[in-house]
Amino acid sequence: MDDNANHDGNDDGVIRRDFLAYTAVGMGAIGVGSFLWPMVDSMNPARDVLALASTEIDLSAVAEGQSITVKWRGKPVFVRHRTAEEIAVAESVDLGDLPDPEADSTRVQNAQWLVLVGICTHLGCVPIGQKDADAKGDYDGWFCPCHGSHYDTSGRIRRGPAPRNLEVPPYQFVSDTLIKVG
Amino acid sequence: MISAHSAPEFKNSVVRWIDRRLPIFTMLHGEYIVYPVPKNLNYFWSFGGMAMVVLVVVVLSGIMLAMQYAANTDLAFDGVERIMRDLNYGWLLRYVHMNGASMFFIAVYIHIFRALYYGSYKNPRELIWILGVVILVLMMATAFMGYVLPWGQMSYWGATVITNLFSALPVIGEPIVTWLWGGFSVDNPTLNRFFALHYLMPFVIFAVVLLHVAAMHQSGSNNPTGVEVKSQEDTITFHPYMTAKDSFGLMVFLFVFAFFVFIAPNYMGHPDNYIPANPLSTPAHIVPEWYFLPFYAILRAVDFQFLWLVPAKLGGVLLMFSSLLVLAMLPWFDTSKVRSCRYRPIYRWFVLLFVVDVVILGYVGGKPAEEAYIVIAKLATLYYFTHFLMITPLVGWIEQPRKLPNSISESVLKSV
Repeated sequence: MDDNANHDGNDDGVIRRDFLAYTAVGMGAIGVGSFLWPMVDSMNPARDVLALASTEIDLSAVAEGQSITVKWRGKPVFVRHRTAEEIAVAESVDLGDLPDPEADSTRVQNAQWLVLVGICTHLGCVPIGQKDADAKGDYDGWFCPCHGSHYDTSGRIRRGPAPRNLEVPPYQFVSDTLIKVG
Repeated sequence: MISAHSAPEFKNSVVRWIDRRLPIFTMLHGEYIVYPVPKNLNYFWSFGGMAMVVLVVVVLSGIMLAMQYAANTDLAFDGVERIMRDLNYGWLLRYVHMNGASMFFIAVYIHIFRALYYGSYKNPRELIWILGVVILVLMMATAFMGYVLPWGQMSYWGATVITNLFSALPVIGEPIVTWLWGGFSVDNPTLNRFFALHYLMPFVIFAVVLLHVAAMHQSGSNNPTGVEVKSQEDTITFHPYMTAKDSFGLMVFLFVFAFFVFIAPNYMGHPDNYIPANPLSTPAHIVPEWYFLPFYAILRAVDFQFLWLVPAKLGGVLLMFSSLLVLAMLPWFDTSKVRSCRYRPIYRWFVLLFVVDVVILGYVGGKPAEEAYIVIAKLATLYYFTHFLMITPLVGWIEQPRKLPNSISESVLKSV
C-alpha cells in the first residue's frame, strides 16, 4: 500500500497528518512528564527535612584539646578545640607534601576551632580520633579504620586511599562560643 | 482471534534480533496494531482501557506514597499529614491516589454497565465476565485496605465494621476476626498487614486483568449489535482507529479525573477521616466510600431472622456476598439467544431499571439506618436479586427480540 494513499500527502512529500501525530504525541509526552516529575521530585528532601538542615553548636564547654561530635543532616560534624601546638604543626606543613594541597588558614575561620564533616572521603566511614583513647593516626589527627586513611590536625589527608581532605561544612560564628552549621 | 495479516517485518535490527528469540513484538503487533475489532464500537468500549490507565496511575502514585508512609498507629496519621504538607508534590500524589481509586470504580462500573446492556457476558465470553467480577472483588478489598492506612476515624471504624462481618460466621467467626486483627481489636498488627496486602493486591489485579484481556482477545470484542464478526468487512484494525478513539475518550476521562484532583479533591471522601483514629469513640454516622454503598445497603437490609435458621447478622453478610455471586453467574441466568439490548425491547428497560435500583441502593446505603430508608433498602435489595434470579431468565423466554441484522456492516450501513 502506498504510504501516502490514506494521508493528506502532496507532491513534496510533506504529510500534514504527520504534523498532527507529532503534536499529539508531543502533548501526550508533556502530560505524562508533568505527572512523572512530581513522582521524581517527591523523592527529593521534603520541607521538614530541609527545615532541619542547620544545627547550632555551643562551644563554651569544649576545653582546649577536646573534641566533640555533633549530628548535622544525619552526618557527624567534628569540632576540635585545637591546642597551640596542633595549630603550629598544621600551619607549618609544606603544601607540596600534601595529596590535596590546602593551607590550614583556608580551612578554619578561627585557628582554635577546626570544624569538619567527620566522613572519610574514601568510602564514607567515620574516622576515629575524637576521643583521647582513640588512635589518631600517624599525623595526630584522625585515622579511618576501614581502609587506613591518615588525616592531620587540619583534617587533611596525608596517607591512605582517601582522595581529598575531610570536608569543611559551611558554618558561621553566631557569637564567640556559638556556631551555626549549615 | 488470529489476524489475517502476516507477521510483520521489523525495520529495527535490535527489534528483529529480540523478536526471533522472543516474539514479543510480533505478539504486540498482532494483538494491538492489526488486531481486528468490530467497526461499530461506541465510546462505552473505551472504559476498559481507561480503567487500565487509572490502575497504572494509582499503582505509580502508590509506590511513591509507600516510600513516605509508615504503617504504625503512632505515625500513620501524622505521616499522611506530613505527605500533604512537607513532601514535594505530596498533596498531588495523595489526591491522585485517593481520587484514582474512585475513578477506577467509575470506569469499572460503566464498563460493567456496558457488558450488561450489550450482553457481553454471554457465550462465549462467560469467563471474561467472571474474571471481571473477580477483578471487582479484588478492587474492593484493595480499596478497603487502602482506606484504613491514613488511620483516621473512618479508617479505623470502617476497618472495625468490615472485619466484624466475619464474626457472623457460626463457631469459627470469632477466632477468624481475632486472626484478621492479630489482636483483640483493630490495632497496629492490623494496620501493618493491611499495608502489606494493600501493596500486594494491585499486582494480583494486574495478573487477573492480563487473563481478562487474554480471554477477550481469544473471542474478540463484543459490539453494540451483539452480532459476531462475520468477515473482515465488519472490522477495523485496532491501530490507528481504536487507539485514536480510546485516546480521545481517555483524554475526556482524565479531564474529569483532574477536576476532582485539583478542584474537589475531598468531594468523594469523608471529613471524619481527617480526625485521628480514636478506638474509644465511634463517629455518629459511619459510611463506607461511595463505591461500596449499594453493597453496604444490601448488608444492612437484613435486620430479621431468616427462615428461623440464619440470624440477621449472618443473613446480611451472606446476602452481600451473594449479590456478587449472582452477578458472576449472570451468563447462566440470561436465557435469551440475543446478546444486545438494542434488539431486546423488553429486557433493555429492565437493565436500565436495574441500574436505577443499584443507584437507589447506593443512596440509602449512605443514609442512616432509619425508617423509610430501611424499607427502601429492603425493597431495592429484593429487586436486585429478583432481577438476576427471576426477571432475567423469564424475560429471556418471553421476549420477542427484534430482527437481528445479518452482519455488523449491514447494521452500520442501514443506520446511515
